[in-house]
Amino acid sequence: MTTESGTDSEAKQPQENKETEKGKAKAAASQQSQAAAEPSSPQNQPEQLPAAVGHSTPARKEQEQQEEDQESHRSSISRLSKSPLRGVKKVKIMQCKVSLLDGSDFTLDVEKRARGQVLFDKVCDHLNLLERDYFGITHKDVENQKNWLDPSKELKKQIRTGPWNFAFNVKFYPPDPSQLTEDITRYYLCLQLRDDVVSGRLPCSFATHTVLGSYAVQSELGDYDPEELGSDYISELRFAPNQTKELEEKVMELHKTYKGMTPAEAEIHFLENAKKLSMYGVDLHHAKDSEGVEIMLGVCASGLLIYRDRLRINRFAWPKILKISYKRNNFYIKIRPGEFEQFESTIGFKLPNHRAAKRLWKVCVEHHTFFRLVSPEAPPKKFLSLGSKFRYSGRTQAQTRRASSQIIRPAPLFERSASKRYNMSLSLDGAPIMENHETLMKDTAADGAAKVIAKGDIITTVTTEKKAEEEKAEQEDTAMDEADTLEPTATTPLRHDTKDTEPPAEMVKHQTNISELKRSFLETGDSTPGLTEWEKRLSSSPAHSPRADEAPMIEPLELQDTKDEPPAGEDTKEEMEPKATEAAGYLVKYVADSIVTDGATSSGPHGISLSTTMDDDVFMDGTLREVEEKTPDSQDEVSERSALKVSPGAVRQEVSQAIIDKKGTLIILKEDRLDTEGSEMSILGEKEEPVVPGEPEAQEKDSLSSSIETETIKEDSAVVIEAQMTVVKTLSPKIDVKADDMTQNKGIDSPKKAMASWISEEVKIEASEVISVSAEEVKEVMKCDSLQQKAEFFTFEEVVQTEQSKSIFTQNSIPESSTTTIAVSTLGWVSSSQKAPADPEQKTVLATETEEGPAESTGPTLQSLENSEVGTKEMPVVHTETKTITYEAAEVDTNGDADPGVLLSAQTITSETTSTTTTTHITKTVKGGVSETRIEKRIVITGDAEIDHDQALAQAIKEAKEQHPDMSVTKVVVHKETEITPEEGEEED
Amino acid sequence: MAGLMAGFGHYTHAIVRGIPASLAGEALRSSQSEVDIAGARREHDAYVEVLRTRLQLEVVELPADESLPDCVFVEDAAVVCGDTALVTRPGAESRRREKEAMSGALKDLNLNIVEMTDENATLDGGDVLFTGREFFVGLSKRTNQRGAEILADAFKDYAVSTVPVQQGLHLKSFCSMGGPGLIVIGSSEPAQKALKIMQQMSDHRYDKLTVPDDLAANCIYMNLPDKGHVLLHCTAEEFPESTKVFEKLKDYTLIPVSNMEKVKVDGALTCCSLLINKKGNN
Repeated sequence: MTTESGTDSEAKQPQENKETEKGKAKAAASQQSQAAAEPSSPQNQPEQLPAAVGHSTPARKEQEQQEEDQESHRSSISRLSKSPLRGVKKVKIMQCKVSLLDGSDFTLDVEKRARGQVLFDKVCDHLNLLERDYFGITHKDVENQKNWLDPSKELKKQIRTGPWNFAFNVKFYPPDPSQLTEDITRYYLCLQLRDDVVSGRLPCSFATHTVLGSYAVQSELGDYDPEELGSDYISELRFAPNQTKELEEKVMELHKTYKGMTPAEAEIHFLENAKKLSMYGVDLHHAKDSEGVEIMLGVCASGLLIYRDRLRINRFAWPKILKISYKRNNFYIKIRPGEFEQFESTIGFKLPNHRAAKRLWKVCVEHHTFFRLVSPEAPPKKFLSLGSKFRYSGRTQAQTRRASSQIIRPAPLFERSASKRYNMSLSLDGAPIMENHETLMKDTAADGAAKVIAKGDIITTVTTEKKAEEEKAEQEDTAMDEADTLEPTATTPLRHDTKDTEPPAEMVKHQTNISELKRSFLETGDSTPGLTEWEKRLSSSPAHSPRADEAPMIEPLELQDTKDEPPAGEDTKEEMEPKATEAAGYLVKYVADSIVTDGATSSGPHGISLSTTMDDDVFMDGTLREVEEKTPDSQDEVSERSALKVSPGAVRQEVSQAIIDKKGTLIILKEDRLDTEGSEMSILGEKEEPVVPGEPEAQEKDSLSSSIETETIKEDSAVVIEAQMTVVKTLSPKIDVKADDMTQNKGIDSPKKAMASWISEEVKIEASEVISVSAEEVKEVMKCDSLQQKAEFFTFEEVVQTEQSKSIFTQNSIPESSTTTIAVSTLGWVSSSQKAPADPEQKTVLATETEEGPAESTGPTLQSLENSEVGTKEMPVVHTETKTITYEAAEVDTNGDADPGVLLSAQTITSETTSTTTTTHITKTVKGGVSETRIEKRIVITGDAEIDHDQALAQAIKEAKEQHPDMSVTKVVVHKETEITPEEGEEED
Repeated sequence: MAGLMAGFGHYTHAIVRGIPASLAGEALRSSQSEVDIAGARREHDAYVEVLRTRLQLEVVELPADESLPDCVFVEDAAVVCGDTALVTRPGAESRRREKEAMSGALKDLNLNIVEMTDENATLDGGDVLFTGREFFVGLSKRTNQRGAEILADAFKDYAVSTVPVQQGLHLKSFCSMGGPGLIVIGSSEPAQKALKIMQQMSDHRYDKLTVPDDLAANCIYMNLPDKGHVLLHCTAEEFPESTKVFEKLKDYTLIPVSNMEKVKVDGALTCCSLLINKKGNN
């Protein structure tokens, strides 16, 4: 149910009081039971709505609407008008209902803007639970799918509609529950498992039902006592999806034998049995393989399991997976090549929809991090990264074990409440709980040691797993049981460099389906028994004690994962990666190293790249989060600012939210629905955002011009472009790399890729070949994959011409320009004089505000591209529909461009804001004795139609002028891109 | 308590069946060969005697049925794990009726019987490798996906992974369990490939014991009270090199069992008995 405090006037009242949130008075005492304890303040009177009421009344909705508007950047004017009122603060309180594991509901109040963590903490406090990291809170979305609340995000952002109802659940099932520190934790885990069993999510045999049931009874009711319990006590409890009298009798038989067993002991026994079940802790997701066969993907502690019906048809242990990514409704995993396989393969799965794909991806990210890493990895750095920056930020299992070993409180007394839920007939949908979210832990810094390792990788990379993880993997390899050996190893990050394996990388990737994979698996040559340390260490079984004098007979069956050890060079590479972002030089070096040393992808052998693709809604998500959510402080800052200034922060949030929550990336102008290949998926986004083809264009055009003219008026409007500048030199070096070797960094070429090297490579798989070709020909700019659909680019170029000479050195290597189209546009400006006349899509001439006079519309940029000497090869592969509008100052003469002049210096600066990425590329050239400084700003805006492009453009122009008062804006290129190509698009990210 | 992951290799009962005279001429075989029916019977008697006398299992001996030439290979007719028995639908049409006697015997043992009734499903027990932790089901000429699915449904506690069988009759024509967590595997390429698949599919770790001869990799492991690890394996006469490998196993009671005649009709050691653990159950 939803409850909000406040009155109609609240719309005008800002809610951001983040900083004071904690201290703030909460719900009114009259609220609800558990929440009653919280202090109340007259200002924060929660309204009580009947539980049955869904969301809110229409009137209320309107309010919220307004509220949303406040954060949207659509209308700066209205925002301005509201600003003055922001002084009044009022906190909205929402009533939340959380279903606990024992079937009871816990009602509490939280501020509407509270983050998930607040709710989670309150629930855990209520439960007296310290080992919290295994748990999470779920919320059912409109599709009735369970989503894990992201602790770092505001609740209201995560609950789009409907009542604020949640459930407290186990998120990460510990492979060895006996290692949990407290009984109370095991108790909750038991409750979860009982529900899993009863619901059918955790299938088990009749015999197991009886065993589990009997321990559950012992735990909950204590010793068998017919007098006290009555004869039919057992029927009141639920043990199985289809509970029979026979089962109950068996349970009772066993129960009788447990006299004297404490509840805690019973729970341990329960867990010892439950953990062995093959589906224990497996989070299932419906999917189809590339051939359209219905399968299930199961995410668990050890990796990804593929089921067809009830049969396991494949399994990919985490170490075997190089990268996971999703795009639209597709989910991809890139698989490390097997022992005798040369190539990595990428396997794609179709999920029912985009949200499902994203949910699966997130669950994978979280499980991998939790179970495989020593410490969570930081989200990708702010620099041009595309795709979701979602990362699991809670404690890993290793960390939580360490932390819980510090628990010193006496074992809490707690009552094992009668589990009401088992008395009721539940809906036994086997619906898996999906999607994990990060748990923002208080003590992220807890593992200093481990952290160190993590720090560096953050950036670029395709999110390699850090070394810590590697070592862990290592450890695992040596250990008998993966699950059981997940002991924290963080403190001493040792690396094994001993094993090699990876064939030198050729990045030819294969898109395979499972069966193909299997086939290839079969085709791999015979493995001579891996003789390594394993050899010496024979089976643990007493029966197989090794004898020195005899040839080894029993060999440990090496798991695939074991064999794929990080090549020695790996480490170097990983270390280098972070640096890459800092200096081109390093990058180059790094690249070189990686080429030499590992054939793997840019991500480390053990690394898994988590990526989403640009056209994904999630696209800017990461960026946003970084800004607003990553550090609570920054968040506050943002909101603060927004209050003052028409709320850029709010805009961001809004945008990000929109991006995050909506399916499609919405491009204003065009839909990418053209995607032929994605046949199956109807993207929700489409529906959500009706775009009227054609019209928007015109509109945009108009508004664009107007925005330019009126930019001064909008001074206070959202500052889209942040000041933060980071030097990014990544692109070109990497590109070079490609030229040499297709391998790893394919991601570089496309803007997205460029920005975030971690972007899925698999996507590029098909494109890769193409890329390589172009790589050779094109010097610095590889823009093969312009696959990024929907991306819209605004290019601003400011050129200061110290003299009359117009020679402009166009450097195509600008990282972000990676897209072909973009690069093109850049070029176009250079050779504007040669522009081909009308391009159907060409816009009308638009006057720029520069004093330079009427702008001249440039022809299709592609045309100009051809003319420019920098000539980049266009990739035939990419079928992207692009629209480029160039507003160029007439005086700019690019004719002389045949001579690029001498490049004195070039630098690229990138900054990101919510939905935009701004790259400033400054080149200084000397040509004919005239020096010229040219600044190109490239702003990439991705996302849905809600982004106010006009405003962004105007803002960017304004800012550019402010920043460089002595320069003039000579050209504005608006480039809009929509992907047409289905297949390639899919492949590429 | 019941069932879940009871000690691996613990058996109390064995179901065996006599050899019909029709075996010599009509039993299915992958290569032409003359079977000495008397020799086969001698072998089988010795085999049963080991189970009954030496290992003290309670042996249920079903009478041979002349209309079922392959009936001695009882392993294919049912899969027993814990207190559940799945009566299969053998891939070979001529063997479908073997289940009748088998069902009766299993019922007499108070096992929970699951019948594979799906007309589209086939499964031979010889394609089912139970490791104590999970099942591997060979997809072979005799066993199909549907059969494997039904098996998975019958034994819900365990992961059931499918493994293509590219050579040989059954999955267990080149592998078997040699102990807890120990897979005995032949050294042929198909065998090794199958093993690789198994290792990839598994959450568990296994050791492997590679023997030169694929057929020798089919052996019978038991863990019996007072006897500890027991392994019935091929004789040196048949597979000298492989036998040497077995002989290196320490702490095992090694029992070579001759199988020279039955092997001619693709019968391996495991094929000739269905082992059941009824201790503690029912």
